[in-house]
Amino acid sequence: MRKSTTFGRVSFKTIAYIILIFLTIVSLLPFIIMLVNSTRSTFEIQQRSLSLLPSTFLMSNFEVLTGKTFDPIVGFINSSIISVSATALTIYFSALTAFGLIAYNWKMRQAFFSVIMAIMMIPAQVTSIGFYQFMYRIGMTNNLLALILPAIAAPAAVFFMRQFMLPTLPMDILDSARIDGAGEFYTFNRIVIPIMKPAMATQGIFSFVASWNNLFLPLILLTSNSKYTMPIMVSLLRGDIYKTEYGAVYLGLSLTVLPLFIVYFSLSKYIIAGVALGGVKG
Amino acid sequence: MRSHKGISYAKYGYIFSIPFLVAFLIFSLYPTIYTAIIGFTDLKGLGKTDFKFLEDPLQNFKLIINNPSFKISLKNTVHIWIMNFIPQIGLALLLTAWFTSRGSKLAGQGFFKVVFYMPNIITAATIAILFNSLFQYPMSPANDLIQRLGIVDEPFNFLVKKNVARYIVAFIQFWQWYGYTMLILISGVLGISPEIYEAAECDGANSVQMFFLVTIPNLKTILLYTLITSMIGGLNMFDIPRLFMMGGPDNATLTTNVFIYNQAFSGSYMYNRASAASMIMFAIIAFFSMIVFFIMRDKDEVAARKSRKQMLKEYKKAMKEAKS
Repeated sequence: MRKSTTFGRVSFKTIAYIILIFLTIVSLLPFIIMLVNSTRSTFEIQQRSLSLLPSTFLMSNFEVLTGKTFDPIVGFINSSIISVSATALTIYFSALTAFGLIAYNWKMRQAFFSVIMAIMMIPAQVTSIGFYQFMYRIGMTNNLLALILPAIAAPAAVFFMRQFMLPTLPMDILDSARIDGAGEFYTFNRIVIPIMKPAMATQGIFSFVASWNNLFLPLILLTSNSKYTMPIMVSLLRGDIYKTEYGAVYLGLSLTVLPLFIVYFSLSKYIIAGVALGGVKG
Repeated sequence: MRSHKGISYAKYGYIFSIPFLVAFLIFSLYPTIYTAIIGFTDLKGLGKTDFKFLEDPLQNFKLIINNPSFKISLKNTVHIWIMNFIPQIGLALLLTAWFTSRGSKLAGQGFFKVVFYMPNIITAATIAILFNSLFQYPMSPANDLIQRLGIVDEPFNFLVKKNVARYIVAFIQFWQWYGYTMLILISGVLGISPEIYEAAECDGANSVQMFFLVTIPNLKTILLYTLITSMIGGLNMFDIPRLFMMGGPDNATLTTNVFIYNQAFSGSYMYNRASAASMIMFAIIAFFSMIVFFIMRDKDEVAARKSRKQMLKEYKKAMKEAKS
C-alpha cells in the first residue's frame, strides 16, 4: 500500500514537472527569440529564424531602427511622464478618498461607495469617443495631461485601499491626533499615509504597469510624433517602413520590454503577493 | 473622547472625496453622457465637433445593429474570448490543484508563479507585434520550428488562414492571462478554512475527491468573479487583434473595439456610429459589471459580518467550556 502511494507520488511529480517546465518554455521562449534576434541581422534571421545564439548586429539594428520613425527615447520619456504622474495621482487620491470613506460618518458615504463599486468595472474604452471629442474641443489632444488627470478618479484603487484600510487603520490614533491639535489633513498626510505604504506600493505597481501599457487612449489622443508613448512607438513597427527590417523590429520590441522586465523581476515578490491580495478581496 | 463627539467631522468625509468626485464627473461621467449623445447625432468627419440631432434618433443604432462588420466583430469577440477562457480556466484550475495540494508539495512554486504571470505585465502592443513576427511567412521562428520538427515540409502561411489567425489571438490571450487566473484561484484556495480539508481527510477523501468536493464548491464566488471580469476584459479586446493582424485576414480577428476604432478614427471618421456601437457595448458591459457588483457587495459585507459573529460565538463557547 505504502509502496504504491510513493510510486504514485513520484509519477505524479514527474508528470507535473514535465508540464510545468513545458509551460515555462512557452512563457519564456517568445521573449528569448525576440532578444536573440534583436542581435542578428535580417539576413541571418531569414536564413534561420529560430536560433538561440546571439550575433553581432545589435548596433546596426539600432541604427536602422532609430533611423526611421521609431524613437525609443522620446517614447520612454513620454511614457515615464504619464505613468509616474498618473500613478502618483492614483495612489494619493485613492488613499485620500478611501480614508474619507472610512474615517468619517457622513450621510452620502454608503451611496458614494456603492457608486464606486458599480463603475469599477466599466472600462474607459467604451466612452472614448466622447472623451476624445471633449478633449478636442478644449484643445487637450496632444497634451499629456489628458492622460494624467483622469487618474485622480481610480475606482478600483479606492476599493482596494478601502479594503486594506478597514482592518489596519487604528481609529484611536485619529482621536489622539485630534487631542494633540492636529488638523484632519495633517493627520492624513503624516499618520495615515505611512500606515498605508504597503497598499500604496502594491496599487502603485499595478497602476504604473496599466498606464505604461495603455494603447487605446494615447493612440486616439496623441497625433504628434513628439508626444508618442512607448506602445504607440511599438505600433509603428507594424508599419510598412519596417516591413523587411526583421532585426530592427525585434530590437524595437526588446527595448520596450526591457524596462518592464527590470521592474517585474526586481519586484516580482511584491507583484505576485499583490495579485493574490487583489483576488482575495475580489 | 466623548467630548469630541460633539464636534462633527462628517464634513471631512465630503472634503476628502471632492477630488475623486470632480475628476470622475469631468473625465468619466461627462464623456459617457457625451458619447451617448453623439450616438443620436450626425457627427462625423475629421476635426468636426458640431453636430445636429438626427430626425430618426435611433438611426445610428439601427445601422450598427444591421452592419455586417459589427455582427462579425461581435461574433469574433465572443468566439475568441470563449476559445481563450475555457483552456485558461482549465489550466489555471489544474495548476491551482497542484500548487495547493496538501499531499505532495512541488518545489520551485515561487519560480513558476513568477514565470507564468510574467506575460501579463508585458505591453500587449509589443506582444501582438512579436507574435506577428513569430508567425510570418515564409520564414519565421514558428515556421522554422515546425519544419525542423518535421511536422511540415513546406512553410505554412499561418496568417492568411482565418481560423488560424483567430486561434493565435485566442492563444495570446490565454497565454497572457492563465497565470493571473491561477494566482487569483490559489489565493482563493488559501482562504478556505483548513478545517474543512481536515474533516474531509478524516472521512478518507483522496486528493482528487477533495479538489472536486471541497475546493471547487468553495471557490464558486471567485470562479464567477473570474468568469465575469474575464468576459468584460474580453469584450474590450483591442491591442492584440488590432496590432496582430489589423483585424484581418478578411475580418477574422476584427473585434468590437477594433471595429469602433476603425469607424471613428479612420475612413470617414464616423464618430456618431462609433458612439452608437460604444453604447451598445457599454450596455452589455454594464450588465455584466452589475453582476460583479452584487457578488462582491454580498461577499464583502456578509463575509465580514459572518466572521465577526462566528468569532464571538466561538469565544463565548470557549469561555463557557472553560468555566464548567
